[in-house]
Amino acid sequence: MSLRSPLGRVLGLGSAKDGAHHWWVQRVSSVALTLLTLWFVAALLALGRLDYAALYVWINRPINASLLVLLTVTLVYHSMLGVQVVVEDYVAGKGAKVASLLVSQFLHLAIGAVGVFSILRIAFGSAA
Amino acid sequence: MAQFRLPANSKIVSGKTYKAAPGAKDVRAFKIYRFDPDSGENPRVDTYEVDMTTCGPMVLDALIKIKNEIDSTLTFRRSCREGICGSCAMNIDGLNTLACTKACDDVKGAVKIYPLPHMPVVKDLVPDLTNFYAQYAAVKPWLQTRTPAPPDRERLQSKEDQERIDRPAACILCACCSTSCPSYWWNSDRYLGPAALLAAYRWIIDSRDEATGERLDALEDPFRLYRCHTIMNCTEACPKDLNPARAIAEIKKKIVERNH
Repeated sequence: MSLRSPLGRVLGLGSAKDGAHHWWVQRVSSVALTLLTLWFVAALLALGRLDYAALYVWINRPINASLLVLLTVTLVYHSMLGVQVVVEDYVAGKGAKVASLLVSQFLHLAIGAVGVFSILRIAFGSAA
Repeated sequence: MAQFRLPANSKIVSGKTYKAAPGAKDVRAFKIYRFDPDSGENPRVDTYEVDMTTCGPMVLDALIKIKNEIDSTLTFRRSCREGICGSCAMNIDGLNTLACTKACDDVKGAVKIYPLPHMPVVKDLVPDLTNFYAQYAAVKPWLQTRTPAPPDRERLQSKEDQERIDRPAACILCACCSTSCPSYWWNSDRYLGPAALLAAYRWIIDSRDEATGERLDALEDPFRLYRCHTIMNCTEACPKDLNPARAIAEIKKKIVERNH
């Protein structure tokens, strides 16, 4: 039991003076994702054939490779921000919270790295 | 993890039923949450049958009738009985609202009455609002200025500027909004909740206040402000038809505005 005043408990460690950037980027990235996903789906539909050879030629075009890298990075970043909010909402223990956030960030960055590398590998023609 | 399971001794069991007197014409059942911390027993739901022909129309009328005529141990807060004091806020038929402005006829079937959700219960329908009031105090809900007040008159405000704070200033601090917010349920130790943020907004947009920047500084925090995920239960619950969700969104916009 703590004898600290209720106001003292609420004021706690004070404001982190942070959170606005996170909130803003989450919104901006969701708009970017909407546009990139529309392009992605439309492009795949227009492509018709979805076998390896057809996709190889498609990704090999610089504009497609660039947009695919953008889509991958935005998707991973947006998901990382979103999972962070979920962890902060529901994981209460300090140690567990920091550990979950680190695991989430490492996983997201690893997935992003593999994704971008895969696209570039095809774009630079080394995976034929 | 956030606490999803109930702590020990808080599983609700079924309680007593108080039958209406024989000959009662318009009988209505009220299922009311009962908890007495001194008894060491689990909370229970008691059923009271009330003859509505001799009872006022509002839920609070029924509660007072039950306390006066059926069971004097039933405990609840009430004062003004006209929706301005905020004392009788409780969960009626699954929605947080004021018992004094909620008509029994607006509820289908038995009227289920619980205390405001996810707050420590002092007794029966009385929640412990200590943390809620401390959060209100934390946003410094008073005028802060550097310009001295004119010696001969009050600080002036245009009609338009007054109208901007009219609605947010009408909050009666009943806690219906904050206790309806899931984000507040999980993180009320750090998230200020819709009521305190609405109060903060009321001072942020007050044309006479000169501490807008400091107020925004104090709110810019991943937990204090940004735990709001725009669920909007607050606006849905508010018995005064205020819009705390919009106030929070406006605060977020103002903070971003400083960066651009």
